[in-house]
Amino acid sequence: MSLPFILFFIFAFVSVAGALFLILAREPIHSALSLILVMMSLAVLYLMLGAEFIAAVQIIVYAGAIMVLFVFVIMLLNAGTEERTDFSKIAKYAGLPLGIFLLLELGHWMAHSLIGKTPANGAGSANVMVSTRDLSMQLFQKYLFPFEATSILILIAILGALVLAKRDE
Amino acid sequence: MSVVPVSYYLVLSAILFGLGVVAFVFKRNIITIFMAIELMLNAVNLAFVAFARAWNQLDGLVFVFFVIVVAAAEAAVGLAIVITVYQNRQSLNIERVNLLKF
Repeated sequence: MSLPFILFFIFAFVSVAGALFLILAREPIHSALSLILVMMSLAVLYLMLGAEFIAAVQIIVYAGAIMVLFVFVIMLLNAGTEERTDFSKIAKYAGLPLGIFLLLELGHWMAHSLIGKTPANGAGSANVMVSTRDLSMQLFQKYLFPFEATSILILIAILGALVLAKRDE
Repeated sequence: MSVVPVSYYLVLSAILFGLGVVAFVFKRNIITIFMAIELMLNAVNLAFVAFARAWNQLDGLVFVFFVIVVAAAEAAVGLAIVITVYQNRQSLNIERVNLLKF
């Protein structure tokens, strides 16, 4: 076991544990905090994959901006303990086996999808370091139009949020 | 130095996506359901970054950037909808929002 493997397993475990706690927690604020934990450990995994810019954006935008918005709304609406409902019979008996089957299926096919790849192209082979400069060149040349389109998307989102949250006079 | 294979990241991504689906289906709080959507988007982002690394292509990272932008816009509009639902129903339970239920 070398250091990258140990780091990977630590942060993979932390992220899966955070996702599990998101499901098991009854209070929405606990779910939000565990989701922040998942995002932080995913940022570390992005760093290990050599994507520094994405890791920084993950922390600043996701764990920072978006989750602060979530926590703000949770506190604004004073969201208390979640009520449990009695599940339907189908969900009770078919849901869990089908869910486990979906997990196994996804894991199996993703694990075998790259079996034929040469190790030289494997993750972290460190022959080509992806730099933020290359990423920005790509973003502002090849993907310039989608980049500009996202600004219009954000403008529409701001207007939509304002209209929706406006209290009726 | 041995390195972590891409398939490990993809398995982790699949597990996180599956847990996101489970949370989406099982949770009863509207805000928590939104968080489950964010978890699924994160899992997809991890797969994008892993594939971008495996093929040494930057397009995957650009896609992650766009996914994060769309997630931010979606969170802003979605939480505004949550606030409106709460004003109308005085509850965050998804079972109470059944106007269109047949």
